[in-house]
Amino acid sequence: MARVLINVPAKAARGHVIEIKTLISHPMETGYRPDHTGKLVPRDIINRFVCAYNGTEVFRADLHPAIAANPFISFYTVATESGVLTFTWTGDDGKSFVEKANITVA
Amino acid sequence: MEPKANVATTRRRFLAVAGGAIGALGTAQFLTVRPAAATPASMAAAIREAIGEAQVRPGKVKLDLPPLVENGNTVPLTITVDSPMTAANHVRRVHIFNEKNPEPSIVTFHLGPRSGRASISTRIRLADTQSVVAIAELSDGSFWSDSVDVIVTIAACTEEAK
Repeated sequence: MARVLINVPAKAARGHVIEIKTLISHPMETGYRPDHTGKLVPRDIINRFVCAYNGTEVFRADLHPAIAANPFISFYTVATESGVLTFTWTGDDGKSFVEKANITVA
Repeated sequence: MEPKANVATTRRRFLAVAGGAIGALGTAQFLTVRPAAATPASMAAAIREAIGEAQVRPGKVKLDLPPLVENGNTVPLTITVDSPMTAANHVRRVHIFNEKNPEPSIVTFHLGPRSGRASISTRIRLADTQSVVAIAELSDGSFWSDSVDVIVTIAACTEEAK
């Protein structure tokens, strides 16, 4: 399991815009780098990141090899209701890393 | 007078030759193209593939990148679009492209009225000194863009793996 860092405010006022910061440890191997024998290291990247707010998608990113290793993405969303934010990173091999964060909206 | 004139001629000739040499070096460097590198033409093709034949106007988009990058492996990037982000008027997508990486696409962000603010930060790789282009697609179907030139001293993507 990849190591994940997420920064979501624990509490927010209803209707306010909150900033969400995410980072996942991943080499984001581009597929263009030769190893010491001169052979190219096969591509292995996270190609999709989705943030769902109580099950509704609020942000999505399609990533390419030009995203740096350990992809960091920060974005905004409106705090609509208390609940769970679900973050999903999907790799080239089809495997997903899922992480959740709770938010209380008053 | 004669020797002086000679010196002047040599110096002038020297400068001309030196200038030519430097110019030739510069051109040679400019012409060195990585085999798998995206070119402005392939960037244009990628842009067309992503947004179709739509007309792109400059403005509304602010692409923040450092003008001088020491290490192309992690370049902080922030994209901000001037939009109220309401149901009637919001940013649908933001595409980011580059000229000279092996692939012209960097990332596509999908936003909506629930984003609240059209501002995203991430970190990218740049393989060479080049320009980076951001194109935002608004909910009314218009496209706006911004472009930034970045000087890169250590390239990313193609260095040898450890």
